Amino acid sequence: MSKLLLDRLKAQFGDSVLETSNFRGDDVAVLDPKVWRAAAEFLRDDNRCGCDYFVDLSCVDYPDEDDTKGRFDVYLIVYSTHKKHRVRIKARVSEANPELDTVGDIYLGASWGEREVFDMFGVRFKGHPDLRRILMYEEFVGYPLRKDYPATKAQPLVEYRDNTHDKLGPFLADEGMPFNRAPVDPKNFAS
Amino acid sequence: MGDLKVIGGGESGFFSTKLDALLGWARKFSLFQYPFVTACCGMEFMATAGPKYDIARFGAEAPRFSPRQSDLLWVVGTISQRQAPALRRIYEQMLEPKWVMSFGTCASCGGFYDNYATVPGIDKIIPVDVYIPGCPPRPEAVLDGLMLLMSKIAAGDKTPAILKNTALPEGSDEELEKLYQIRMKGKVPVMSEE
Ligand code: SF4
Repeated sequence: MSKLLLDRLKAQFGDSVLETSNFRGDDVAVLDPKVWRAAAEFLRDDNRCGCDYFVDLSCVDYPDEDDTKGRFDVYLIVYSTHKKHRVRIKARVSEANPELDTVGDIYLGASWGEREVFDMFGVRFKGHPDLRRILMYEEFVGYPLRKDYPATKAQPLVEYRDNTHDKLGPFLADEGMPFNRAPVDPKNFAS
Repeated sequence: MGDLKVIGGGESGFFSTKLDALLGWARKFSLFQYPFVTACCGMEFMATAGPKYDIARFGAEAPRFSPRQSDLLWVVGTISQRQAPALRRIYEQMLEPKWVMSFGTCASCGGFYDNYATVPGIDKIIPVDVYIPGCPPRPEAVLDGLMLLMSKIAAGDKTPAILKNTALPEGSDEELEKLYQIRMKGKVPVMSEE
């Protein structure tokens, strides 16, 4: 893929483009969070970029990363349907201050992506009009896709039934009724 | 009604074994279902309800989308923690007598989901009558589970049951064909390979 988008971004934002790379034809630019919103707007409105199609907005957690650099990578993928090129921009967000500008009004589809990132990683998007959890429920404490959240720790909304209840399931291999329905009279099934 | 046997002190007054048997017989052939279909198992559920497997043969085809009018709650698919209150509420709204089918591995024990979002088996929330394992279970297994439930209803048995694997009979082709004919009492034509 052409380096055009990366070059355009570098020309426009200069030092705010911290890194660029290309992996098997996919261009990636790591941006300073300060220009996050401006970059999204630029990619959409600039004539030679023309990225009119929102692909994805999500986040990756690197728990071992130095948090002054930013532990979470929020990324946005956009695509141009007539110029046929695609770019991924990333911003590093720290755990201490997990905040980033919203791009939900620039790419409308991003607004649910931002809600998901908020739900799963706890990154807050400044200026998002309706930043609520989208998959989990309001009562859920913590952010399940952070690597330090124990993956199997459920927070049930309904209290589990206790084992003294009469109808709790049998779980051993030889428990339960036999399949052959021994107590059944075959007449019951005659038509 | 010479052999009407009154069991004294029951909560609901007078009951007799004969009446129980009659009620069981009536109930098992008129299961009105409430399908609580949440995930991929729903496809097999549709196949079971479709004309080929035809769940109507068992009198269990009529879906009622109000829990108050249904007897049999089919829980088909993965139940997330977020859905759990809804499932619980629907179960509580159903009128007695009511039965619950746990369709598929996810509903029975959470399946391969062992995480923060999934209920590890609906029996953590509501009582279950028949567990049908499989991911997803084939329609034949579902019908077996339904027949198991019907026999439980007829027998007045309230313990939970797991549908077990059927052992396939072994033998040569001729022996198997003979076995098949015996089991079907010669009612079906000989299966031929086309
Ligand atoms: S048991 Fe398998 S088919 Fe059924 S809902 Fe779970 S994952 Fe889907």
